[in-house]
Amino acid sequence: MSAITLRHFLRKASFVLDVDTTIPATGITGVFGESGCGKTTLLRCIAGLERSGDDARVPVHKRRVGYVFQQPQLFAHLSVRRNIEYGQRRNPGATQSVEDVAQLLGIEALLDRSTDGLSGGEAQRVSIARVLCQSPQLILMDEPLSALDERRRNDVLPYLDRLHAESRLPIIYVSHNIGEICRLSDHLLILDNGRVVAEGGLQETLMRTDLPQLGGRNSGGVIEATPLDYDGEFDLTRFSFSGGAIRVPGRYDSPTVRLRVTANDVSLSRVAADSSTILNILPAVIEEMRAETDATELVKLALGEDRLLARITRQSSRRLGLQVGDSIFAQIKSVTVRR
Amino acid sequence: MDFGPLWLSARLAFVTSLVLIVLGAPLAWWLSQTRSRWQPVVQAIVAMPIVLPPTVLGFYLLILLGPKGAIGAWWVELSGDALTFSFTGLVIASCVYSLPFAIQPLQNAFESLPRKTIEAAWTLGASRLDAFFSVAVPLSLRGFVSAIVLSFAHTLGEFGVVLMVGGNIPGETRVVSIAIYDHVETLNYAAAHQLSLVLIAFAFVALFGMFLINRRWQSK
Repeated sequence: MSAITLRHFLRKASFVLDVDTTIPATGITGVFGESGCGKTTLLRCIAGLERSGDDARVPVHKRRVGYVFQQPQLFAHLSVRRNIEYGQRRNPGATQSVEDVAQLLGIEALLDRSTDGLSGGEAQRVSIARVLCQSPQLILMDEPLSALDERRRNDVLPYLDRLHAESRLPIIYVSHNIGEICRLSDHLLILDNGRVVAEGGLQETLMRTDLPQLGGRNSGGVIEATPLDYDGEFDLTRFSFSGGAIRVPGRYDSPTVRLRVTANDVSLSRVAADSSTILNILPAVIEEMRAETDATELVKLALGEDRLLARITRQSSRRLGLQVGDSIFAQIKSVTVRR
Repeated sequence: MDFGPLWLSARLAFVTSLVLIVLGAPLAWWLSQTRSRWQPVVQAIVAMPIVLPPTVLGFYLLILLGPKGAIGAWWVELSGDALTFSFTGLVIASCVYSLPFAIQPLQNAFESLPRKTIEAAWTLGASRLDAFFSVAVPLSLRGFVSAIVLSFAHTLGEFGVVLMVGGNIPGETRVVSIAIYDHVETLNYAAAHQLSLVLIAFAFVALFGMFLINRRWQSK
């Protein structure tokens, strides 16, 4: 199986979900869209919790589709271990060892505890372990971090990174938080009003300037970067990527890191300023320009093999006389670059 | 003290609450989960024994269970015995009479389960039946305790229905409330007191125990 077909049609009171697309059978597919665009409904259709599509007759429990809900939905009458074993016992092919999965998610110490003392982040990790142990063919994650506060979110995110790196299981990850989507997914599907408006590899799709759904202050691009060195005096890590080197606050240990650069934090200059506070000044070529609003323009830049977006005012664009094909300098404020 | 009626009442109440839990749990589950437009109709029928005079219930049960009634005639054919004025008939009548006292606590417990928790069980590979027994029932134990205590206690105290359907046959249908009535009729107040005080003490202990258990669970 090299691709998963999603074909679902569902009519509700004032809403129609109409999806017919395919997604890769490995890696994480992010599903992004405003609240109410049908993200959760799509997942519920895939799981069989709503009736739709060609496979409407297959009952939920025979689909081998794991579902991670927004709330962990742990069974309060079972210990952590029994919760994790619940799906394993009911799926004859499930051979994942509870210990291995618990280790992957950092919950080994919790296995013999009851569920009611767990923190929100721990409980969500247990629910992910429970889904992994049922050996599903596909995992659905419905905003698994949105019920957690910022600190608890960081209790879970590194484990999702790890799952992403170590597992080949296809995962559909629904979120309205583009930051989570950029960090975790390989493939992106954008839903608007029950329909797929864009679908493709994460980088290319993020670079599309014709998608208002991606717009707003959070739009931007991602680059895969390799940490080069760490400057302890200023707490900065220098990364290399195809477009040069970039410095980012903090210390990063993983071999490659996906950095997100939002369009609002990239400015353009004809000359490489050397007396600016901006640390990252990188040569770039303008590939595409599109008026976004009466005031702003989105500029797609090529930096080596990577692509980034810059949002600038139309006035600046005219003053600098920017044209497609121009070689210019992209200025990226270090403090705005995130994982 | 006259233990016969007490023992009979206890047996009747035990069998009735057992039958009601086994039959009532699936019905309460259906009532809590269905979106059918028949739900309010069934709900109303189930609740009717609360408001109907026991004599009305007893009157129609007498007709239904009698040797010429729909259920009674079938039973006569099956077993050769009449249902009215028998222990079995009393059990059937008590089940009808105490039905709401088993259904309502169970239904409340099932309704307070998050639907997504049950859905989680399904997506983990549990069939509907499996999810009911492995998740819904254990998470609703409080409801089961309340249902057992209330239907047991309520059956113990039944009078009107028994009088209509069961009469007053010692060892067969002469339950404690009938015995008390008899004692009062024959001005044997001492015996009436004895049995009544036993019932009062039992009612208090049972309800107190139930509320205590519920409170423990809540604070947990």
